[in-house]
Amino acid sequence: MKPAPFEYHVPDSLDQALNLMSQHAGVAKILAGGQSLVPAMNFRVAQPSVLIDLNRVLELGFIHEESARMRVGAMTRERHLEFDSSIARRIPLLTEATPFIAHPQIRNRGTIGGSLVNADPAAELPVLMLALDARLKAENISGERWINARDFFVGMFTTALEPDEILVEIEIPFMQARTGWSFMEVAPRAGDYALMGVAAQVTLDENGKCEQAKLVYLNAGEGPVDAKEAARLLVGEPVNDTLIQAAAEHASEKEINPFGNVHASADFQRHLANVLTQKALKLATQRAEENLQ
Amino acid sequence: MTQSCPVTIMVNEKEYKREVEPRLLLSDFLRHELGLTGTHVGCEHGVCGACTILFDGESARSCLMFAVQADGHKVTTVEGLAKDKDNLHPLQQSFWEAHGLQCGYCTPGILMTLIPFLKQNPDPSEDEIRHALSGNLCRCTGYQHIVDAVKLAAEKMK
Repeated sequence: MKPAPFEYHVPDSLDQALNLMSQHAGVAKILAGGQSLVPAMNFRVAQPSVLIDLNRVLELGFIHEESARMRVGAMTRERHLEFDSSIARRIPLLTEATPFIAHPQIRNRGTIGGSLVNADPAAELPVLMLALDARLKAENISGERWINARDFFVGMFTTALEPDEILVEIEIPFMQARTGWSFMEVAPRAGDYALMGVAAQVTLDENGKCEQAKLVYLNAGEGPVDAKEAARLLVGEPVNDTLIQAAAEHASEKEINPFGNVHASADFQRHLANVLTQKALKLATQRAEENLQ
Repeated sequence: MTQSCPVTIMVNEKEYKREVEPRLLLSDFLRHELGLTGTHVGCEHGVCGACTILFDGESARSCLMFAVQADGHKVTTVEGLAKDKDNLHPLQQSFWEAHGLQCGYCTPGILMTLIPFLKQNPDPSEDEIRHALSGNLCRCTGYQHIVDAVKLAAEKMK
């Protein structure tokens, strides 16, 4: 189990990296944290002929708090997201979910940008970016563009990035007032790929009725699955158990499309989605109510 | 043509200069180039944790990094823990005393996982210990004596 040979480049600025990407567009792979790419290379499932290592592009590792959003550099380690106090205050859903990403040894190396570009349907960060309405900044040598998270994940391990583009930054809005959140997943062991997982958010109006809700699932289709119809069932109503059950049933039966695997059949995944949705919505609603007072 | 990159890596406080092919994994560099065979190689895809080392003081899988990436960085392996063969690190001593290993294959990775864990969390609960160990597979012990060893180590290291 050894990687096939490759040509190695290690730029120390984003400009250099973008130039290298344009020279090697289509054949180059970006090496970010390497926690998915290197195993794939060890198995020789991935055999990139050119590797551009971003680990010395220090300008891509940052967490900045602005007036209504966090800006996070693509090379920010998952471990830094986990312990950042601004994120904990502004986007507690992200703080709650980060410890579910593999193990500390992996999070020490793994990056937010790497996980998003890898676009594994079983990964946590793509789900969270969708749930949080994040925007992603891609750059190539001729300029930059912003892509909404909901347009970024186009299929299994596939994103909207062009071959010469590098994901450089992620912008995540603060969670709104009167909003509760919850992230839950079921995995055979802590740190394993989850069989099913959900990120839930509930925003209440001043009268305690649901103003907005969000339910996004992992390992439930070809990418992160946003169950919009189920979430819409809650809007305009005070959130109660009957509504929560209806939303959970709709999402798990109608909106997600799990494939099943050696650990769980698709039916069992749907069952997990139903149970997790109910639990997550209850907790999110309870937290939103606490935020009303 | 094979690319060759010069690297200078600080391993266990000692500086090593070598020329490496970019595809050489850090785990293989430590074992084959430096002869530091304490770092064990199990699955080579980041699941078993046997190859865990400290990279700039933080635990990481050495099979998921290339040696060339460690250029200019500090690496600590299990060989860096004990002062000499008569003075084990308190964590190693605890594994000895509490029978925290059987075949020993997973042990170096477990120790290197626990060093930063105990630094961050000097008085861990059993749940926290088991959670911290979840990224390291042991197929002999059933973990019970490993957990005991970690509790003992936490006492010793206070």
